Amino acid sequence: MPRASSKKGPATGKAATKELERIDQLFYSYVNNSCGMIDPEGIESLCSDLEVDHTDVRILMLAWKMQAEKQGYFTLEEWRRGLKALRADTTAKLKKALPDLEKEVRRQSNFVDFYSYAFRYCLTEEKQKSIDIESICELLDLVLGSQFRAQVDSFVQYLRMQIDYKVINMDQWMGFYRFCNEISFPDFSNYDAELAWPLILDNFVEWVRAKRS
Amino acid sequence: MTMSQMKTIELEEGWSFMQSGIRKLIRILEGEPEPQFSSDDYIMLYTTIYNMCTQKPPHDYSQQLYDKYKEAFEEYISSTVLPSLRDKHDEFMLTELVKRWLNHKIMVRWLSRFFHYLDRYFISRRSLPGLNEVGLTCFRDMIYQEVKHKARDAVIALIDREREGEQINRALLKNILDIFVEIGMGQMDYYENDFEDNMLKDSAAYYSRKALNWIVEDSCPDYMLKASLFYLYYAEECLRKEKDRVAHYLHSSSEPKLLENVQTQLLVIHSSQLLEKEHSGCRALLRDDKVEDLSRMYRLFFKIPKGLDPVANIFKQHVTAEGIALVQQAEDAASNRADKEGGPQEQAFVRKVIELHDKYMVYVSDCFSNHSLFHKAMKEAFEVFCNKVVAGCSSAELLASFCDNILKKGGSEKLSDEAIEETLDKVVKLLAYISDKDLFAEFYRKKLSRRLLFDKSANDDHERLILTKLKQQCGAQFTSKMEGMVTDLTLAKENQTNFQEYLSGNPNISPGIELTVTVLTTGYWPSYKSSELSLPIEMEKCVEIFKCFYQTKTKHRKLTWIYSLGTCNMIAKFDSKPIELIVGTYQAAALLLFNTSNKLSYSEIKTQLNLADDDLVRLLHSLSCAKYKILIKEPNSRTVSTTDSFEFNSKFTDRMRRIRIPLPPVDERKKVVEDVDKDRRYAIDASIVRIMKSRKVLGHQQLVMECVEQLSRMFKPDFKAIKKRIEDLITRDYLERDKENPNLFKYLA
Repeated sequence: MPRASSKKGPATGKAATKELERIDQLFYSYVNNSCGMIDPEGIESLCSDLEVDHTDVRILMLAWKMQAEKQGYFTLEEWRRGLKALRADTTAKLKKALPDLEKEVRRQSNFVDFYSYAFRYCLTEEKQKSIDIESICELLDLVLGSQFRAQVDSFVQYLRMQIDYKVINMDQWMGFYRFCNEISFPDFSNYDAELAWPLILDNFVEWVRAKRS
Repeated sequence: MTMSQMKTIELEEGWSFMQSGIRKLIRILEGEPEPQFSSDDYIMLYTTIYNMCTQKPPHDYSQQLYDKYKEAFEEYISSTVLPSLRDKHDEFMLTELVKRWLNHKIMVRWLSRFFHYLDRYFISRRSLPGLNEVGLTCFRDMIYQEVKHKARDAVIALIDREREGEQINRALLKNILDIFVEIGMGQMDYYENDFEDNMLKDSAAYYSRKALNWIVEDSCPDYMLKASLFYLYYAEECLRKEKDRVAHYLHSSSEPKLLENVQTQLLVIHSSQLLEKEHSGCRALLRDDKVEDLSRMYRLFFKIPKGLDPVANIFKQHVTAEGIALVQQAEDAASNRADKEGGPQEQAFVRKVIELHDKYMVYVSDCFSNHSLFHKAMKEAFEVFCNKVVAGCSSAELLASFCDNILKKGGSEKLSDEAIEETLDKVVKLLAYISDKDLFAEFYRKKLSRRLLFDKSANDDHERLILTKLKQQCGAQFTSKMEGMVTDLTLAKENQTNFQEYLSGNPNISPGIELTVTVLTTGYWPSYKSSELSLPIEMEKCVEIFKCFYQTKTKHRKLTWIYSLGTCNMIAKFDSKPIELIVGTYQAAALLLFNTSNKLSYSEIKTQLNLADDDLVRLLHSLSCAKYKILIKEPNSRTVSTTDSFEFNSKFTDRMRRIRIPLPPVDERKKVVEDVDKDRRYAIDASIVRIMKSRKVLGHQQLVMECVEQLSRMFKPDFKAIKKRIEDLITRDYLERDKENPNLFKYLA
């Protein structure tokens, strides 16, 4: 006997199949037929339906939920994965699921994963390992802005001003998150440059301290 | 009195007989006229005891005899000895005490011989104190314990009088102190507790007073220094005398304790005054070159645990200050001169540093006995100022220039072979203090190449000599390229001979010009940029011919022509007379253009030669704006500009038949520093990879430490640079950061 479907538990049996069908249908309503995936245009369309800006962090979170590989595109498999997990088979339900998704992502245990995903998601070329400064600045603002406004603003200012680095790699990216979490701001009283902090952060701290005095 | 062998001897009887023997002995000891014991006397006394001990009970009187033996001493001591001591004092008492002691020892010796049989059986069977011990114990308990304090005080008083310069009876003191020692019967307790402790306290008090008398504070600097010198001298004398005292009458075990006491009072307590005070301390001695007094200071403080540490520290500070003063001097001198750097001022700086080193090394060997603390102080001092930048030049560069001056022809050093060898030796020793050794190597290599290629080397042996010394000090890798360069030249000469043979063997192939080619092995020599100079036809031909020749020798090597290093001898036909010009290849190429045109513009020359502006301006300047104006420049300004035009100066002449027109050398410094920085990045990378490969997992700080250690022989890596290289290696997937611990790195195979 199929269990009555509730908001919390996964759907099973007939209800499940119906849900999957609707999810697929939803996919096809946005798909670009020539490539078989939802392309940037489709995503934009989806965003307007969700009444969310396509640069909104929640879209990135959605991509994370889908474990989407290529920036700007969703495959059917990814779509299914994400929407199934969100129990959303209509745009209305998807829109409703967004706040909960955000809460889920912001949970400490998930956020690191999301944070590193955000970086990888921006590596558009094959064998690309780093992201240019300007994109990093935008990404930081998007991903960490709400949580660590002061640090992000200061660091972004520094990034734009310095000339040593033209790109940021994953190690530096992750380092910054750890920095925000562990180091007291803006005094940096517990910062020790002799530890293995990425050099760019050593330079950043120096720059802030110099500016202050 | 005769003895009956068989008859039992009663105690009364036997003891009475013994007593007469004892009384006889006492009379002898008291100095009364009494004949010595004859052997019969002795035998009889001995036998009496023997018999009384071996008789059958109840006539076995061993115990009683043992007791009476002791009583004999007690009686004599209380009746005669003690009274005689009690009425004497000070030195007289001491004399009496010695006499009584010696007497007592004789008495013990004799009586124990008489009573010897007791020792053999009775005493050992009952594990009782032996006769000797009993006798000594009597003296100790009855006499020694009573007079020990008086004796002690009397001795100490005499010691103090001797310290004040009086002559005292040393033999007496030795004898007294022997009592304190011997009374312990193997243990030093009595000596230490009853005499030594007080003696040490008294000595400390004595010297404490003396020191306070002699230490002069807050007086005029001159006086303070003199007082300080005297004090050191005095301290040394006192220690010597105390040692002498021990040798003559104190027990040897007192020596270390006594000397330590004296040292503490005289030196340790006042060490800050003696060492650190500006006008009286070590610093003043160094400032005034008081070599002998420094030696004394060393000798004195050597014996004090950690005594030398402050001395070495002050020495280090002094040498450092002197070195920094030299740096300042050179800086001041350089800023007063507006013209180019690397001049004689900087050379003088190196020479003065060498002199400073020589001077203070002598101090280390003569004053400080080559103690490792002082070698370390020298090293640390020199490392401080030898790494300072002087007038824009790093010390590495200065040192390389200094060597260049010694080794090149017409250099500022005109010294004998011996002097040169010595100087080179000293220069190499200075290199040990410089942290950027790789920078020195690169500058040296650049200058060496100039010397070799332009035949400016004064003496081949000297060149090889310094390379040997550098190899010894810094390892073979340091000098391998340089040695390669020197070898290249030797080979080049051989090669030239072969080339000549090849030419004479092929008379139809003729360059038309006398041609010498030096083939260099790329890896050994500094990198030179090769240019795309368009050669004049005459030279082009030569190059082709040489290429053919070289192909016959080896097919696997590629020749890259560096015309910027070439020289040309050419004859210029001026109106008044022809003059031979010795110029660089670039200059020659430019001049040859005027064989076909009278006047050429800058841009025409540039097009024809295909040289970059900076090269072209330099060479045209040397021909038209410098000492010898071979070309006339229009307009006749001081510098060459791209709109100028040039004409052959047929009116030029000079009294010489042959003139050299050199190109001013380009500033190498920037390139050298760049090259070295690049090499350092590779070296750091290699070091990090090496370390991680063997350790597999390593913490950040540990990695940095080991990296610095590995590279320290050549340079001191910048801490940030290492971090950057680590990050680079992470990006290149050689290493990764541990997921759990961001301070830990893992090697990725």
